[in-house]
Amino acid sequence: MMAAVNHVDFDPPSPRPPPPTMDELETLALDDDDDDDDDDDDSFSPHLLSTVPVAIDSGDPLLRPCPPSSSSSSSLSSSPTAASVAVFESQNGVGGGRGRSGAAAAAATPPSPSRAAVATEFVGIVVSEPEKAHDPTASLMSGSSTFVTYLITARAAGGGGEFRVRRRFRDVVALADRLAEAYRGLFVPARPDKSVVEGQVMQKHEFVEQRRAAIERYLRRLAAHPAIGRSEELRAFLRAPGRLSLPPLVNEIAAKPIAKESGAAKPMGKGGRDLFRMFRELKQSVVNDWGGRVSAPEVDEDKEFLERKAKLQEWEKQLSSSSQQAETLAKAQQNIGETMGNLGLAFMKLGKFETEETTCSSQRIRAAEIKKFATAALKASRLNRGFNANIVKYLDTLHEYLGVMLAIHNAFADRSSALLTVQTLSSDLFSLEARAEKLEAASSKTFSLDRTRSHKIEELKETIKITEDAKSCALREYERIKENNRSELERFDKERHRDFIAMMKGFVICQVAAIYNPQTEKKEKIGYSEKMANVWATVAEETNGYARGK
Amino acid sequence: MISTERSPFGPSGQNPRSPSENPFLTISVTDPVKLGNSVQSYISYRVITKTNLPEFEDSEKIVIRRYSDFEWLHDRLAEKYKGFFIPPLPEKSTVEKFRFSAEFIETRRQALDMFINRVASHPELRKSEDLKIFLQEDEEKMERIRTLEIGYFKKKPADLIQIFKDVGSKVSDVVLGKEKPMEESTPEYEKLKHYIFELEDHLAEAQKQAFRLVKRHRELGQSLSDFGKAIKLLGSCEGDSLGKVFSELGSKSELLSIKLQKEAHNLLMNFEEPLKDYVRAVQSIKATMADRANAFRQQCELAETVKLKMINIEKLALMHSEKHGEAEMEYKELKAESEEATRRFENIVKLMNEELVRFQEQKTADMGLAFHEFAKGQAKLANDIADAWRNILPKLEACSSSS
Repeated sequence: MMAAVNHVDFDPPSPRPPPPTMDELETLALDDDDDDDDDDDDSFSPHLLSTVPVAIDSGDPLLRPCPPSSSSSSSLSSSPTAASVAVFESQNGVGGGRGRSGAAAAAATPPSPSRAAVATEFVGIVVSEPEKAHDPTASLMSGSSTFVTYLITARAAGGGGEFRVRRRFRDVVALADRLAEAYRGLFVPARPDKSVVEGQVMQKHEFVEQRRAAIERYLRRLAAHPAIGRSEELRAFLRAPGRLSLPPLVNEIAAKPIAKESGAAKPMGKGGRDLFRMFRELKQSVVNDWGGRVSAPEVDEDKEFLERKAKLQEWEKQLSSSSQQAETLAKAQQNIGETMGNLGLAFMKLGKFETEETTCSSQRIRAAEIKKFATAALKASRLNRGFNANIVKYLDTLHEYLGVMLAIHNAFADRSSALLTVQTLSSDLFSLEARAEKLEAASSKTFSLDRTRSHKIEELKETIKITEDAKSCALREYERIKENNRSELERFDKERHRDFIAMMKGFVICQVAAIYNPQTEKKEKIGYSEKMANVWATVAEETNGYARGK
Repeated sequence: MISTERSPFGPSGQNPRSPSENPFLTISVTDPVKLGNSVQSYISYRVITKTNLPEFEDSEKIVIRRYSDFEWLHDRLAEKYKGFFIPPLPEKSTVEKFRFSAEFIETRRQALDMFINRVASHPELRKSEDLKIFLQEDEEKMERIRTLEIGYFKKKPADLIQIFKDVGSKVSDVVLGKEKPMEESTPEYEKLKHYIFELEDHLAEAQKQAFRLVKRHRELGQSLSDFGKAIKLLGSCEGDSLGKVFSELGSKSELLSIKLQKEAHNLLMNFEEPLKDYVRAVQSIKATMADRANAFRQQCELAETVKLKMINIEKLALMHSEKHGEAEMEYKELKAESEEATRRFENIVKLMNEELVRFQEQKTADMGLAFHEFAKGQAKLANDIADAWRNILPKLEACSSSS
């Protein structure tokens, strides 16, 4: 895909074994990780090649040579395989990403064999201490030369120590971009927004705080993802101080022949596609739309997938509307509390006034009643505030999942584009083969030694070979992404079920059974609604006398 | 009905025509009905009077009255019973569209009912002839009386600066060389004035917040309803047990929405309206204060005039003028008027003091009741909310344990 291939910069410690077969790549090993949170035992394996589920230490088998006996497949992860995988596949490989540096590391020293008893590698990520910094290399012309850095601290799960780095937002963007390229098909959490007018608003304290919080949320989500949370990229980001240097991407070999043909090195675009390829695939998609179907054995599965996708879209629509209504609800709840507070204040002032100006006993009595009422109203207002914080926290789940939907869209888009690549290459192959046939037919008719023609045929045959390889690669890639989609959808279903139940429970419980009181740091036995009822029941009791006339 | 509590007499249903039993006079204002054509439509009310007092012809009488009739009665009372705090009327509606909304009609009806019952239970006001006319005359006669006298006796808004309304005022301040109108300024009265004016401000603020609170309840109700609907739709996408729970949550939300709208109405009728009524009552006091100021000024002016007249007479006496006799007669007249004015003023002062005590007592009772209704409503609402959510909890538990 890429014209300019970034060479993997390591030396394979041993000769390359034969390339992995299709079958091996088609299945992804599922990982049985302990999840202390819930029963969710589905987590994504970084493990590309093994067909047998293998318990993975710290989640990255490619970093560490596995004993050869642990797998029936000859292509099980050992550093040589990792190297070959890296070469063959994937900047897109889940395992591939790790493979390169992993192999290098394996060549040197395997990483600390901390057994991941927990699902995540990094815990307690905190983003703090925003500081202004100055970029001495930036010229006056290139916009603002000052930027903000954030201190990012993380702990290794299982007590492996603490990491501290300083990063700027540009680094976060780089990480996000890299993850999008490297983990196609996975539900990669979306990164915080860039602001268009970055230079101008930067001075505002509020903006920095907002960004700090957004970065923190983002990193935590990354860390919580079963695959990304243990990725090289995240490690590099969280652990390696100094200038951010992400492990380099490896491009598909498949890209090479196309680039050669066009005879120029094309720059690497986002997602690793060059413009040339893009246009061809666009043409291909048009062909497809017009009925030029590429035979796909995956049509059946696609139907299932398309159904799923349609359902998901409907779900997203409802989720979006629910999230909006939840926001409105929270605001309405907040407003009622505020107004109750203002009412209390107004009556308190009235009560004080009546007390000062009192001339007769009935006035005195009334002033006392007013003050009692005002006190109750203020209490109710305070209760409401605490309740509202809880509400917002729980209903936020709806909002979070909108973010997840974004990640899902991207993952599905990865799938479509991978399929498109396959289809483009297929049609390339088809036309190349047709050309070759024509040339051969023509040359067989004449007996003259036509050097140029035979040379052309040779070249063409070579191109065909390379294209075939590329197509195989692309197909493998597509299948891999499909599998990523599938397993992520499974994970999504489980987590969604769990999270939404938790949300509803939280929402209901805080009204009825127990609220967590941050001041006393305890869960209180009665909930918001009951407390409210008590406050007003008392007042109703005490003012019962006035109702007797009725 | 409020009538029973307003009236110091016993409950209705007593033996009619037997004043030896507890005398009673209970009135209710009911059944608002829209009458008239589209251009001149208005609301009419049924006024039902039940009494055993001999001054009333029938023991039970039903008449049809409209807002202008109540207004007429109010203005007549204000004219004739200076010094008393006339029970307040609900405001005239200025916004056309709002005039026939159910809420407006309901709150107005309630306020009119309160008005007429307060008049009926006031020891002096209930003796008014105009009250009897209002309660007993047929609709035609009532209309004639109203249109004849409205405008003539129409009371202008109470205003302490308004001086020249009174027909009795013969001498203008300019002639007497005064620049500023005479104002009563005893420390006691100053205190009272200050109290009344500040009280109005405080009450207006409280009423404003009450109004907002009603609105907030309505808004919360609406958003609960919308949220419930959205969650139900989301649940239908989910299917299985999770979907069912979503659906339950949505239903409960919609249920609570209804309760919130109910509470909003309750707050409006039983909390905000009483506060509005309080504000109106204070404004009625201000009107009486304006009357008092007028009476005071008259008294001062006449006293001044009498003094001048006396000086004039002495001058004439010295001059042996033939105008002396005439002047003496005029003097006698003026003296009588002055004494009358003084009596009127002192009467107003006395009445005001009595009325103030009554006012304070009444308002303590009114506010106590309003607080009670507020607290009852809020407690019930909170309990309903708790019940609704508690109901769902076991289903949620079942769902999470099965997942």
